[in-house]
Amino acid sequence: MTVRRPTPSQTVGPFYGYALPFPEGETPAAAHHPDAVTVHGNVHDGAGAPVPDALLEFWQPGPDGSRTGAPGSMRRSPTDAGFLGRNGTDFTGFARVATDADGHFAVRTLPPGGVPYLSVVVFARGLLHHLHTRVYLPRALAEAPRDALLDSLAEERRRTLLADEEGERRYRFDVRLQSDGTHEETVFLAFE
Amino acid sequence: MSTRPQDPPALTQSAIDAEIAAERDAYAERLADGLPPVHHPDRGYRPYRSSVLRHPEQPLVAVDDPEAVELSGPVFGVTDVTALDSDLTRQHLHEPLGERTTVTGRVLDREGRPVRGQLVEVWQANASGRYAHQRDDHPAPLDPNFTGVGRCLTGEDGAYAFTTIKPGAYPWRNHDNAWRPAHIHFSLFGTAFTQRLVTQMYFPGDPLFPHDPILQSVTDESARQRLVAAYDHSLSSPEWSLGYRWDIVLDGPSATWVEEGR
Ligand SMILES: [Fe+2]
Repeated sequence: MTVRRPTPSQTVGPFYGYALPFPEGETPAAAHHPDAVTVHGNVHDGAGAPVPDALLEFWQPGPDGSRTGAPGSMRRSPTDAGFLGRNGTDFTGFARVATDADGHFAVRTLPPGGVPYLSVVVFARGLLHHLHTRVYLPRALAEAPRDALLDSLAEERRRTLLADEEGERRYRFDVRLQSDGTHEETVFLAFE
Repeated sequence: MSTRPQDPPALTQSAIDAEIAAERDAYAERLADGLPPVHHPDRGYRPYRSSVLRHPEQPLVAVDDPEAVELSGPVFGVTDVTALDSDLTRQHLHEPLGERTTVTGRVLDREGRPVRGQLVEVWQANASGRYAHQRDDHPAPLDPNFTGVGRCLTGEDGAYAFTTIKPGAYPWRNHDNAWRPAHIHFSLFGTAFTQRLVTQMYFPGDPLFPHDPILQSVTDESARQRLVAAYDHSLSSPEWSLGYRWDIVLDGPSATWVEEGR
């Protein structure tokens, strides 16, 4: 079979904000779900400045380990096509959140089943090709301490993938697109 | 005599053109040295100045794990879209100004298999080159009958189709007198998160191509051509619209392909 050559990536640019984000995109966990966890943080550039026009997407297994997701991330009104948010019952495993004017984002989700991490894709104006990374949750990691990716990294690199547990069910995870000279650049991933 | 410090000299188009040419020469040398073609832009491509502080300097870490979650991906369904979403000319009371245009094609993976039932999202400027976004301060008119956002799900054969108007070129501030060629932004999902793609589709024959550092960030000539739609007269509709065809091939591995069914 002939292998096709891929369509190249191009930057998401500055104006995706009225197209890609959708209501409740940042909250795949149903409102008031007792198991919900919040992951929040900042996206920074190589000068340490916040990136106010980044878009993050999260993908993960359901709490039961299922990787099939569920459709309906963006429920729509059948009458006026407006966005109704999520349906509140199905867990899609998919979140999308834009950074705010301070470069900050927050998602509320359920702990992933079977793996200790959330998969993340980062888009931004200025970024010609999106980046993959992972948020490792310390509690989940404590239950399954061996991870091939984490084990392959030097300690200071490894640390960039570990969320800080700030409080009950609340985690901090910053993305650094480039080192600012003080802080380590986030580990970004390639899948071949 | 003025003591006011001089403004830094403007970064001219010819300076950017020279940088673009240098990047292309460096790439040609790589090919001549026997290195394989590169399909995607180098994230550190300097003629696009916004990339300078926003690209990683460390190499990406290869993940070679058949159990990686990224080899699966989100799914979408009928509740995610409405019939009006794929016709950007019918989302307001009246019709937008501009050349009515249809864009259609198929979404495939690298083996040529159709990507079925997945979400395609588009956004674009209006016919005057203005986005319906509050941070777009280009002094061109907004069109009250055009938002410029569309969505659809791919069919069984991976096909998508949008009806829209042709977007205008617009200025930006990468350098002095910088203009973007007309383009439509596309966002695509494959069967795996590894196949995620955000890109831009261009219209054939645009005189701004050689001057645009975003398009030119794809230094491989044939890869760059794959971002340009083909005018297809058989897709044009008499007394109605002009038709363009643009097929999309998603990069990246997937573990979730099921040969039959689904
Ligand atoms: Fe654009």
